[in-house]
Amino acid sequence: MAAYKLTINKKIYNIEADPKMPLLWAIRDLANLTGTKYGCGIAQCGACTVHLNGNPVRACSIPVSAAVNQQITTIEGLPEDNTHPVQQAWIQEQVPQCGYCQSGQIMAATALLKKNPNPTDKDIDTAMQGVICRCGTYVRIRKAIKTAAAIMANPSSH
Amino acid sequence: MTGAAFTIGFYFPAAAKGAASVLTGKGAEVIGVELTSWISIDKTGLVTLVNHRSEMGQGSFQSVPQVIAEELEVDLDKVNIVFATGDQSKYGSQITGGSSTVRGSYKALLLTGATAREMLITAAANKWAVNKSDCYAKNGEVFHRPSGKKIGYGEVAEDAAKLKPPTNIALKERKNYTIIGQPLPRQDTPLKTNGKAEFGLDKKLPGMLYAVVERNPRFMGKIKSFDDTAAKAIPGVKHVIKVEMPVFATTRHGVAVVADTLWAAMQARKVLKVEWDDEGFEHVNSAQLYDRMKANLTQKTLSQRTGGDFDYAFDGAEKKLEAVYETPYESHSCMEPLNCIANVQEDKCEIWGPIQGPDWIQKDISDKLKIPVENVKVNMTFLGGGFGRKAFTDYTTEAVLISKEIKAPVQVVWTREDDMTQGPFRPGAVYGCKAGLKDGRMAAFQVKMSSQNMDHQWPGANKKIFNASTTEGFLEAYFESIPNYSFADIPTEAVVPVMWWRSVYSSTNGFAFESFIDELAHEAGKDPLDFRRSHVGERYQAVIDKLEEKTGWKTRGKNEGWGVAITECFKSIVGEAVKVSRKADGKVTIDKVVAVMDCGWYVNPDIVKAQIEGSIVMALGAAAIHETHFEDGKAVEKNFDTYRMPRISDTPEMDIHIMDNEEKPGGAGEPALPPFAPALCNAIFDLTGKRIRKLPFKLSDV
Repeated sequence: MAAYKLTINKKIYNIEADPKMPLLWAIRDLANLTGTKYGCGIAQCGACTVHLNGNPVRACSIPVSAAVNQQITTIEGLPEDNTHPVQQAWIQEQVPQCGYCQSGQIMAATALLKKNPNPTDKDIDTAMQGVICRCGTYVRIRKAIKTAAAIMANPSSH
Repeated sequence: MTGAAFTIGFYFPAAAKGAASVLTGKGAEVIGVELTSWISIDKTGLVTLVNHRSEMGQGSFQSVPQVIAEELEVDLDKVNIVFATGDQSKYGSQITGGSSTVRGSYKALLLTGATAREMLITAAANKWAVNKSDCYAKNGEVFHRPSGKKIGYGEVAEDAAKLKPPTNIALKERKNYTIIGQPLPRQDTPLKTNGKAEFGLDKKLPGMLYAVVERNPRFMGKIKSFDDTAAKAIPGVKHVIKVEMPVFATTRHGVAVVADTLWAAMQARKVLKVEWDDEGFEHVNSAQLYDRMKANLTQKTLSQRTGGDFDYAFDGAEKKLEAVYETPYESHSCMEPLNCIANVQEDKCEIWGPIQGPDWIQKDISDKLKIPVENVKVNMTFLGGGFGRKAFTDYTTEAVLISKEIKAPVQVVWTREDDMTQGPFRPGAVYGCKAGLKDGRMAAFQVKMSSQNMDHQWPGANKKIFNASTTEGFLEAYFESIPNYSFADIPTEAVVPVMWWRSVYSSTNGFAFESFIDELAHEAGKDPLDFRRSHVGERYQAVIDKLEEKTGWKTRGKNEGWGVAITECFKSIVGEAVKVSRKADGKVTIDKVVAVMDCGWYVNPDIVKAQIEGSIVMALGAAAIHETHFEDGKAVEKNFDTYRMPRISDTPEMDIHIMDNEEKPGGAGEPALPPFAPALCNAIFDLTGKRIRKLPFKLSDV
């Protein structure tokens, strides 16, 4: 066990953990931020997607020791009142069904739109390929990312 | 409901055979029955509606309240929606399966809402000393038409609670609905875009421990010995104990590792050494299983449904066709792996989790712990997927047994590998199909299903009883137009546990039925849509006409890659047409799916549409992407690296239509799954001339 200082959503969390503990479990069970989900534990499903310094990563496959001194952003780092353009688009297009994978989907989508404000279908497929939705909401995810891009381009129109 | 001035719901008197009686909370007390509190209103006017079914993505959290709100005259954005706990005496069946939430409950929901509304109007009219007929309700308020005065539900709730519920209330006609039939946004969506929705895995209790279980990978083996020395040396580990989980008539033996964090429990499990006693039962592999199923097609069958004389008609047919179709075993693979929190204290037990059958589980725990049913509280969280898997009692029982033994609240978490390898699985099936044509029509039709019978797994099951699902997925209309038919099964004996998987046997039957009917259409020299149309009545023809219109069927080119299939499942008729083409690189891709659903009376067309989209993606996975194999008695695919899922790039364009008619409600969550695989394979035949009779296949191999 070792002591770590994690910066999650701009807040400092002092935790004690096994250095090999994946960041996912530190976020969920030690920082008590349960919006980030466990789906596979081997970086295959993307349910645990969070941002590390703005880049989408799989929290299940990064040891907590490697996340120290970095900016970690989870779904809870987005506005609780759902005012982020991606959240607005997700609501407008009624994307979620069970909702379990949607934190990962939304974090992957926000990272994509930050780098590429006007993604094509192909860009969307490439960026979102790593996040599984067993409910099959993919058609709406594609649509919502375009809606989010439009909201970001012209915030006053929405 | 604490703080409520007025509660109203219904109960099912034993004598009334399923017909609900509407009662207020006080009325129920007087006659000593437990009331189903669907609606409660406090003095501030806050309306709370109870969702008695589980929310696993299919939208009950929205559709149940949306039905109540229509007759209650409240704005759904202003009501509080809560989950019921498991209690069959209150809520009737809560098993969220068979796409039954709306079709099973809508009448009682409408009646309860309307009864409450009438009582609130009466209370307001009495308060004002005016004629009730001059009053009406809207948006949570009662209005007096002549004077224009109004009063909120909260202000008359207490008075309304003292009234006797009226009977013979006329329900609204569908054309007058303002809430039902609207694509209203789901009330749970905002919780699912900011991380706040609480799933089973997110629930935490004070002092709760975490457990993971090393279970026998061959389903039936026992523990010879185990060594927990290294496991117990991991910091945080509290207990290592044996646990026996009942799975139908068998017992899954396992060793549970309990720790103060989930990670510690997982680490300790890795160094746990278990020696299994796997003697005395078959260590099956997939090849043996399918050989057995195929060989069984020549054995004596258990007949489910027959009409006319199949053998005689087949012998006399002008054209004859025979084909065998194969479908795979599948894992449910809900994105939220199984988990359950149990807290057993002496003769009381409370559990929390992603649960599809809370009432069933309440009874099951009461039986297993031998404690009164009212001492068992089953709390439903949101479910991260269900698809039938979370309607079973194994994982909840296991959590309860562990909590009982360690005398502490515990959350049992299944890893993805546990979830994917332990089953129960969708049963694979082999179908032997035979048919005869006469005058271009189906004169004789026979299907023999060779598959494990889920019902045969229960303790004491009579294995001589036929599988009651051999016709699931077949259009009811065909039974009227095909004069001679026979549906039967030969149950496959295997140790693999099997279970409902979205659309159940229809998910595999549909592939055999609708692939074979397509083959028959070609044999008859008929257009596949016209051939089907000539065998069905008006309601089905409307679905076919819509498919024809939306696909541009009549103007499509020859061998352009269009295929169609129509199935009927849980009282809904769904037709799907798939368009495939070969790209410049030689690969066949799915360009488009057109789906037409006739689910009769529906609540929320956007939720129905979402369910069709999701069903198509799930069907695509089982048709052309994933399969669970067995080797040496164990499931081979353990995680998403080998059990590949459909991804966003696999998802075709979809064009979805819902029929509007006056029919009774059918299911919405499952019926769009069965027609996809046959429509896809029929499209590939149209494009390439190659028949696919075995699933899954790889699109890249076509």
